[in-house]
Amino acid sequence: MHRYIIQRLLLVVPTLFGAAALVFVLMRLIPGDICVVRLGSGGGTFDERAVAACHAELGLNRPLILQFFDFIWGFCHFDFGTSMWSGKPVSYEIAARFPISLEVALLATIVAVLVAIPFGTLSALKQNSVLDLVVRVIAIAGLATPGFWLGILIILAILNISQIAFGAPWMPPIDYVPLWKDPVRNLSMAIWPAIAVGYRTSAVTMRMTRSAMLEVMREDYIRTARAKGLIERIVVNRHALKNALLPVVTLIGIESAFLIGGLVVTEQVFNLNGIGRLLVQAVQNQDYTLTQALVMLTVAVFVFTNTAVDMLYAWLDPRIRYA
Amino acid sequence: MSPIGDKPLLEVRGLRMHFPVTEGSFSHRKVGAVKAVDGIDFTVRRGETLGLVGESGCGKTTTGRCILRLERPTAGEICYDGVDIAKLQRRELLALRRRIQVIFQDPYSSLNPRMKVGEIIAEPIKVHRIERNTARRRARVRELLSVCGLDAKFADRYPHEMSGGQRQRVGIARALALEPEFIVCDEAVSALDVSIQAQVVNLLEDLRERFGLTYLFIAHDLSVVRHLCHRVAVMYLGRIVELAECNELFDQPLHPYTQALLSAVPVPDPTVEETRAFRPVKGEVPSPLNPPSGCVFHPRCPLAVERCKGTRPELRELYPGHWVACSEVQQ
Repeated sequence: MHRYIIQRLLLVVPTLFGAAALVFVLMRLIPGDICVVRLGSGGGTFDERAVAACHAELGLNRPLILQFFDFIWGFCHFDFGTSMWSGKPVSYEIAARFPISLEVALLATIVAVLVAIPFGTLSALKQNSVLDLVVRVIAIAGLATPGFWLGILIILAILNISQIAFGAPWMPPIDYVPLWKDPVRNLSMAIWPAIAVGYRTSAVTMRMTRSAMLEVMREDYIRTARAKGLIERIVVNRHALKNALLPVVTLIGIESAFLIGGLVVTEQVFNLNGIGRLLVQAVQNQDYTLTQALVMLTVAVFVFTNTAVDMLYAWLDPRIRYA
Repeated sequence: MSPIGDKPLLEVRGLRMHFPVTEGSFSHRKVGAVKAVDGIDFTVRRGETLGLVGESGCGKTTTGRCILRLERPTAGEICYDGVDIAKLQRRELLALRRRIQVIFQDPYSSLNPRMKVGEIIAEPIKVHRIERNTARRRARVRELLSVCGLDAKFADRYPHEMSGGQRQRVGIARALALEPEFIVCDEAVSALDVSIQAQVVNLLEDLRERFGLTYLFIAHDLSVVRHLCHRVAVMYLGRIVELAECNELFDQPLHPYTQALLSAVPVPDPTVEETRAFRPVKGEVPSPLNPPSGCVFHPRCPLAVERCKGTRPELRELYPGHWVACSEVQQ
């Protein structure tokens, strides 16, 4: 097991290196120039000399291979450089946005799991009943609904309902307050995007829970459990659900990793200052250092979540032993 | 062999189990019924082993599942120790589970892969509140394992770490955990190698004597049945066609289907095998969805006459203790 963990962690290195090379090359293939954007955004005129000076300042005039080594070497000792746009350290830019993104992702996952597992299970236990039909329709709708569109609907609903209820429209707060400082304010901001994107995650998870449960409930050991004289609740919770949750756990892992870096449009809709929005801005500004760091962060989250899920598997299923 | 009581422990009367066949994804209109078990009667006496044989799909397993009340029978009575269990509700069934247990066919799939063997065996003891003390419960698990010929160390293993024979012993230990009186062995040795089969059959016999158990032994392997059972019932397409003492049935089968079934067993002697009369049954087993009229065996029966198509023959006692459902067979 320990050997397996070490192997997996070592495999992370080439994965990250590959991602680094890819994002480095792709960024430089996009037409445009950060110095032109920077100098032009003031509205003034500028000449070739100013652009060249800017290039020299940012180190963009050096050979590409050296730039790449700088980038990799910086990564190796956790020095991500400074943002080419704002001039502030990349770690500072990310640290300012990461908490809200992480919180929305975690909240969305929690919401999704709390909804998906009970309803997915019920749906499987009462297969082809009205409840099952309703759950399945809601799940399919969830797969088909983009998170940002649902977000717009949620904002509209909040405005309209608060208008009717209190006589004045209410909007969720737009400035981020840490959870431990003002939980109510924090949650009243983060819960809406979490619901908007969690719906999709919950739909996927619900379908997976349902099909896994349907399969497990037909297993012989479930019949054995019934013959033992166990009440149905124990049969379902201890014997069926525990076995059915294996594929569900994998799915939740992958989905929640996506939620951290992938909420680009939803963050826009809810006006959240998160990682997804930062990434869009960084790409628009041709901010190489910041884009590279953000992509690497997302890749790292994905890789480590997947590794963690694999470890969890070994713990959940005694048949899986990584030698 | 422990003495067999005269009083029946289990009496099955007119048991029917029909599974509805529905059509349409919304309306679930009933278009027919699979008559898996279609009116069977038999009794099992205390301490006895009754064999239930027949080919695949004849309703043996469904009969067992009805007695275990894993299915709710469509009609008929299942009197266990004087109580009709066919109509018991869930709560009342839990008490019944302590007295009637089951050994399943497939030892690979019938054990929960996520539980250790010790937990699998201890669970019924725990949920039925037979032994609340954890240490004593563990001791009981070790005892059950050793009764079934397994080392106590297996309690900490997972099912996938064991062989088929060992797993089946776990299945038996689990069935014994509640100290039942009656055990339904549903093809309990069919999935095992022949050498392991013999060990498990011997174990089942030892356990019967030691704990005074009563078995309903569902099988398709006639040699195992002959070795283990006191009486044998032969099923065909949801009905019992013949019921007799074990040796009587094997030596003097009366029903043409039983005769065909027995003649299909190969004799382990090439010269005998070459010369003996072998009468394969012609045709295929009809669908239980739409069984033949009258005697269900008539389309394949060498003795069939016109009236077999019209009236369903009831079981009648042709010799003392030897029942047969055929109107053509005479003394």
